Amino acid sequence: MDEVLLRSLTPSVLGILVRRGADFAAAEDAVQDALVEALRVWPASPPRDAKGWLVAVAWRRFLDARRADASRRRREDLVHEEPAPGPASAVDDTLQLYFLCAHPSLTPSSAVALTLRAVGGLTTRQIAQAYLVPEATMAQRISRAKRTVAGSGVSPAHGEKPRARGRFGQPGDVATVLRVLYLVFNEGYSGDVDLAAEAIRLTRQLAATIDHPEVAGLLALMLLHHARRAARTAPDGSLVPLAEQDRGRWDTALIAEGVEILQAALARDRLGEFQAQAAVAALHADAPTAEETDWVQIVEWYDELTRLTGSPVVRLNRAVAVGEADGPRAGLAALAELDVSLPRHTAVAAYLHERDGDLATAARLYAEAALKAPDLAERDHLTRQAARLNTRRRP
Amino acid sequence: MAKYLLLKHYRGAPAPVNDVPMDRWTPQEISAHVQYMNDFAARLEKTGEFVDSQALAPEGAFVQYGGEGRPPVTDGPFAETKDLIAGWMVIDVDTYERALELAGELSAAPGAGGKPIHEWLEVRPFLAAPPTITE
Repeated sequence: MDEVLLRSLTPSVLGILVRRGADFAAAEDAVQDALVEALRVWPASPPRDAKGWLVAVAWRRFLDARRADASRRRREDLVHEEPAPGPASAVDDTLQLYFLCAHPSLTPSSAVALTLRAVGGLTTRQIAQAYLVPEATMAQRISRAKRTVAGSGVSPAHGEKPRARGRFGQPGDVATVLRVLYLVFNEGYSGDVDLAAEAIRLTRQLAATIDHPEVAGLLALMLLHHARRAARTAPDGSLVPLAEQDRGRWDTALIAEGVEILQAALARDRLGEFQAQAAVAALHADAPTAEETDWVQIVEWYDELTRLTGSPVVRLNRAVAVGEADGPRAGLAALAELDVSLPRHTAVAAYLHERDGDLATAARLYAEAALKAPDLAERDHLTRQAARLNTRRRP
Repeated sequence: MAKYLLLKHYRGAPAPVNDVPMDRWTPQEISAHVQYMNDFAARLEKTGEFVDSQALAPEGAFVQYGGEGRPPVTDGPFAETKDLIAGWMVIDVDTYERALELAGELSAAPGAGGKPIHEWLEVRPFLAAPPTITE
């Protein structure tokens, strides 16, 4: 039973139902029913045409549900209008789902949950496990999101052509879809679903569906980050900083693929924030040792990123890069221009002070940064840094 | 089976015996401490007694209803006397004695010098629904 195959078929099956006139929420329920049925039936009797089977079963489920609560007349209309069987283009349908699920009126967490369910084909239980919330909580989150999307009018009316391609002309929409996918990726993984791998799979699918340099940029960025995953944590779960990672454990095939995708995207001369971030990641991936990192070029990319986003977080990262390229004093000068309440500002200050030789200040700042750390691994890491310096300073 | 909440405190509990701030430990001592907690949780998972465990950030606020049409009231900058929870573990065990035994074990996590912290943990039973059948 190939669960990955099932998941990859989900968006196009759902898209076909929506295009045939099913409203989004009902279509989604029907597709989930069909997936459950497939898991039950396929091991004993695998279908010849997996997608055709799913469409047939899901459509029947949808009609059954309709029969239960809608008029007989309505059902007959739908049956009458059922298109003749034949190959359906999955392109528009899948693309439309990405946009529906990243609908601007959804909260980020709802958009993520709906994307994983509708485009990714994950079960509610899997999504709940991945986000460490009870299944009932996640089920509510998803059904509220479905209601929001169903009532939004983005879904095409019966018989109307999907508007995904038309809507795609608006760059804001692409940006929302990409942000949702990046949120999924950054959630890392837990439970039996690897969200980073899932985000990569969905972004690959999106990249295959539409031609846009920022989609390629995000895919490259994810691949380059993912390539380092094995080296990012020690066996006991503690964080290993970039400079101390065993580069022999980086996945060179993923790096090569990421760099290739990035270069093709950059060549099109429509720079965006994901491409610029990927460029920074590529420069790190390209260095045989931490010492050989091309920090000067990294600073230049951070300048581009600052220009593109104006984000203070980017400027914080830039301060680190400046510290490496021009020395810790220059880094501290760049840092001095930034608001001290920025996340990780204290950690960066601690690091730069340590590089500058002021171990007492560095130790105090590491301990302070540990209290503000957003997650346990980072807190433990920063506490260890403080402890390391305090141990060294102990008489 | 009954559920118990084991509470760790940043503040509000009596001082532990081995009272050294964590950034004064060696990195190895911190790793050993974290390892002890992870092993403890893993062991309880195997015995089917583990429910949940989470750590909390030190910043927190008391919040109060501010009245009709007004924003909620939060405590000001003078909150340093309040009790601060650092994290919790929820266990599901047969007896109160078992809950105490496990809390004692958790309190023995190693700290500075590799010696047990003897940290005070708060043990609170969950209120459950009354049993349907009472004998």
